[in-house]
Amino acid sequence: MAKIDGMTHSSLIGRAAVTPRSVSPRVRRRSTAAVAVRATAVVETQVDEGTAEALATAALQQLGQTDSVQPKPASRRRTQQRYGRLGIYGFLLLSALFFAIPLYVMIITSMKGMPEIRLGQLFSLPGDPTFAAWIKAWSQACTGVTCEGIQAGFFNSIKITLPSVALSILIGSINGYALSFWRFRGANLLFGILVFGAFVPYQVVIYPMIIGFREVGLYGTLTSIILVHTMFGMPIMTLLFRNYFASLPSELFKAARIDGAGFWQIFLQIMLPLAVPIIIVAVILQTTNIWNDYLLGLIFAGSDNLPMTVQLNNIVTTTYGVREYNVNMAATMLTAAVPLAVYLLSGKYFVRGIASGAVKG
Amino acid sequence: MSSSASQSGRAGAARKRWQWRPLLATTPMALTAIGIFVVCVVYSVVLAFTRTKRFPTFDFVGFDQFGRLWHTSRWLASVENLLIFGVLFIAICLLVGFLLAVLMDQKVRMESAFRTVFLYPYAMSFVVTGLVWQWMLEPSLGIQNEVRSWGWSSFSFAPLTDPDFAIYGVIIAAAWQSSGLIMALMLAGLRGIDSDIWKAARVDGIPTWQTYLFIVLPMMRPVVVTSVVLLGASVVKVYDLIVAQTGGGPGISTEVPAKFVIDYITERGNAGQGMAAATMMLLPILLLVGPWVYNEYVRRGARP
Amino acid sequence: MTHLSTAARADNPYSVAIRDLDLDFDGVRVLRSLNLNIHKGEFLVLLGSSGCGKSTLLNCIAGLLDITDGQILINDRDVTWEEPKDRDIAMVFQSYALYPQMTVEKNLSFALKVAGVNKEEIQRRVSKAAEMLHLTPLLQRKPAALSGGQRQRVAIGRALVRDVDVFLFDEPLSNLDAKLRTELRVEIKRLHQQLNNTMIYVTHDQIEALTLADRIAIMKEGVIQQLDTPQTIYNKPVNRFVAGFIGSPGMNFLQGQLQLQDSQPWFIADSALAGLSVPLTHYPFCADLTGSKAVELGVRPEHVVVGEAATALPVCQEVGVEIVEPMGSDTLAWTRLAGQAFSFRTDTELNLKPGDRLLIGFDPARASCFDARSGERI
Repeated sequence: MAKIDGMTHSSLIGRAAVTPRSVSPRVRRRSTAAVAVRATAVVETQVDEGTAEALATAALQQLGQTDSVQPKPASRRRTQQRYGRLGIYGFLLLSALFFAIPLYVMIITSMKGMPEIRLGQLFSLPGDPTFAAWIKAWSQACTGVTCEGIQAGFFNSIKITLPSVALSILIGSINGYALSFWRFRGANLLFGILVFGAFVPYQVVIYPMIIGFREVGLYGTLTSIILVHTMFGMPIMTLLFRNYFASLPSELFKAARIDGAGFWQIFLQIMLPLAVPIIIVAVILQTTNIWNDYLLGLIFAGSDNLPMTVQLNNIVTTTYGVREYNVNMAATMLTAAVPLAVYLLSGKYFVRGIASGAVKG
Repeated sequence: MSSSASQSGRAGAARKRWQWRPLLATTPMALTAIGIFVVCVVYSVVLAFTRTKRFPTFDFVGFDQFGRLWHTSRWLASVENLLIFGVLFIAICLLVGFLLAVLMDQKVRMESAFRTVFLYPYAMSFVVTGLVWQWMLEPSLGIQNEVRSWGWSSFSFAPLTDPDFAIYGVIIAAAWQSSGLIMALMLAGLRGIDSDIWKAARVDGIPTWQTYLFIVLPMMRPVVVTSVVLLGASVVKVYDLIVAQTGGGPGISTEVPAKFVIDYITERGNAGQGMAAATMMLLPILLLVGPWVYNEYVRRGARP
Repeated sequence: MTHLSTAARADNPYSVAIRDLDLDFDGVRVLRSLNLNIHKGEFLVLLGSSGCGKSTLLNCIAGLLDITDGQILINDRDVTWEEPKDRDIAMVFQSYALYPQMTVEKNLSFALKVAGVNKEEIQRRVSKAAEMLHLTPLLQRKPAALSGGQRQRVAIGRALVRDVDVFLFDEPLSNLDAKLRTELRVEIKRLHQQLNNTMIYVTHDQIEALTLADRIAIMKEGVIQQLDTPQTIYNKPVNRFVAGFIGSPGMNFLQGQLQLQDSQPWFIADSALAGLSVPLTHYPFCADLTGSKAVELGVRPEHVVVGEAATALPVCQEVGVEIVEPMGSDTLAWTRLAGQAFSFRTDTELNLKPGDRLLIGFDPARASCFDARSGERI
């Protein structure tokens, strides 16, 4: 630390007259290179790397607090530094509190009884913790006409999510592979339309899709909701796999072709085994996306297959008499449990997923 | 060069190798791209010019549906809400996201714990977000009541019951959910910046905050653009959050275009009007995203 | 440019023949009406700086790029539209392109498995190739556990097991450090002598080209500039580009005029100060001379003679040394000749210093004379 301090001082004295402007040409020249780095593709490695940068940043920290030219006594600097660090941690902790409170409130409310809730103490811990509301939410709460809890929705969501995730990843990986390595007529145009499709609000295409599915007699079936998720997931899955395969050396593909492998052999034996990391990302991304979907499930799944999110909203809006906030929050927790578990278990893959799959929005 | 070479003709040039396997393999993609994102979009736009009620008819009425749309108070309220929501939501997310990212970049302890907390809301459904914040903002049992019970009896914070402020209650919930995403993107962007930049700025004696603001932030333009595009796309699509948190109310004070369209094609059974609204939703996307996609993916070629 | 006449071709068919090949890439012509005939068992090097089209040409031969126009024949068979695997070729890449998830053995055998070769045959060929390339102890390792040199040997092995007539090398040594590069270069040369296959080798490194090649094709902007033996290319470059590209340190170019005086050709250097006249009486001109024209006279630094011996040569001048670059085995010294920068190689023993004056001379018959306008050899 002391050594760095000394260095900082001397460089400060030497450079006192330099204004921020003088750095800009150098900065600008480098920035072109940095711009070329796709934010989407590099997230994972960067988040966990960079001791060198961190070191530079740490050193800069000290610089940041000593704008003035005069070297100050080291003790004063260190005190300032400490306040600076304190400020950073203070702000971060407050922010964390803000982000964490809704989850906390959800959990404690779900474990209270209604009389305790009516006392109106939102943040206080349950006096007599009980899982009664969870049990009710799972198996007895009314989701409309029936009162069998949210469990049916849970299993419906599983029935919808598993095949949709598998199918969309399978198709997305084939698309990405074909687009990255095989030039074929119309590929760019098709892919352009698909990327554009990622931005098209569902509202714009939903009505014709309803009509279409009704025409072929699939409307309101499990098949239709799985197809819909697969189709709407295709832009992001294709983009994800295309970018990944494009980042592999093209010589690998050339070598495989020279070795005589065909379209499917290269895909199955060379590329797919190499795509494991991106498949994990895709699974996480699609599982949370499809599990969390509300609109498509509401419209296409049919009344027998309504997913958990729709059932949850029904529980909350269907009120006979008193609103049971504890049951509502328990049902909410149950619905959030799967994506939360995926998130907590997947860690950096999730970050990478949202960064590369960010287009979905 | 040898002149004898060309004698055997150039018959080969005409018959290109026919790559049918990639074409076959990408049939689902072609069907989706054309079937959904071209045919369905065009079909929707066409229906906007018809008298379609519950089922499609091709009884064309010109721009009547659009005229009626822009005289519907619910649509006007929806558009206004979307603008307020969009501007504030994007601004808050960018600000909070960047600030948190910069602070996280200060080599803090337990960085991954902080990241986990900031990002978990993004893993959850908009329905969940809406319901939690509905509960938190409940006037008689939520935050307002809690703060009053601490002794501040005049404290008032129940936006969801006040038509003038309900949309801000929605914005809080949405920003709570999405700021972490922007934080993660920005943090990745910060870590991706050439460490020589920091060395150069340090040697030149530029204070840290100035380096962030005047040097690093401009270099992160691609990340900022990505963030704005993402947030913008989710603004236009916002539906579940509204349905869960406010149901569009009180009154029509939190209606949004996405909900307008769905309500008109389902409950109201007026798909012609709904498609006119959908066409209006498509327009900004077409104008903003269309040229970008064309430039980025169609014209430039398959390999980046 | 080929040495063999049309008649001779019948009894000595080419291993690879490229006829009037054009290649467009996004509307840009990358290769234009390119012709190239490669003999059986020949080691041909495609040499050029990056972007000259040499790797592109190799990819066309391999069938990895569809050509716009023209024909490619391998072993007298038109393969222009054949799949890469049906062309009787194997290829080694700069980045090795080993399949990361497979062991060395699986990498080597992949092509044979795809082709449906029986197990014993695969076993036989893989162990033979592994033995040739000293890979036997590494067979069960994955590429990540190998050094750069080992990886490239595996890549060569993968080409070897396919038992084909034509080997294509795409800058195979460029990713290796200098020492390994030299080792593997020798290994490749030995391999060629053992197998006697046709080898087409792309590189930007002139040392590799000069040491390995039977013939070198120097390329620039999609056109072959010169196709000849390393010796001829070094001694008689056909144009200014080739002369400048080959040789290290680079050739000196003196600007001047080519004039006929008393029906004898002379090179008169452009100079404001000291004059320099070079008699070109013994220079092997390509064509008859007509009148005077602007030319550049190219002299290799290693062809310059220093000291008393220089007086015996047609050109001899006393010059002052400006810069000295010791290079270990010898020394490169810079001076001015007729006011123009001029370098020459000397013995390190001379121990030159800036400011020293000495006699230098060269034989114009070994020099190269280029048209200043077109750059062609005169």
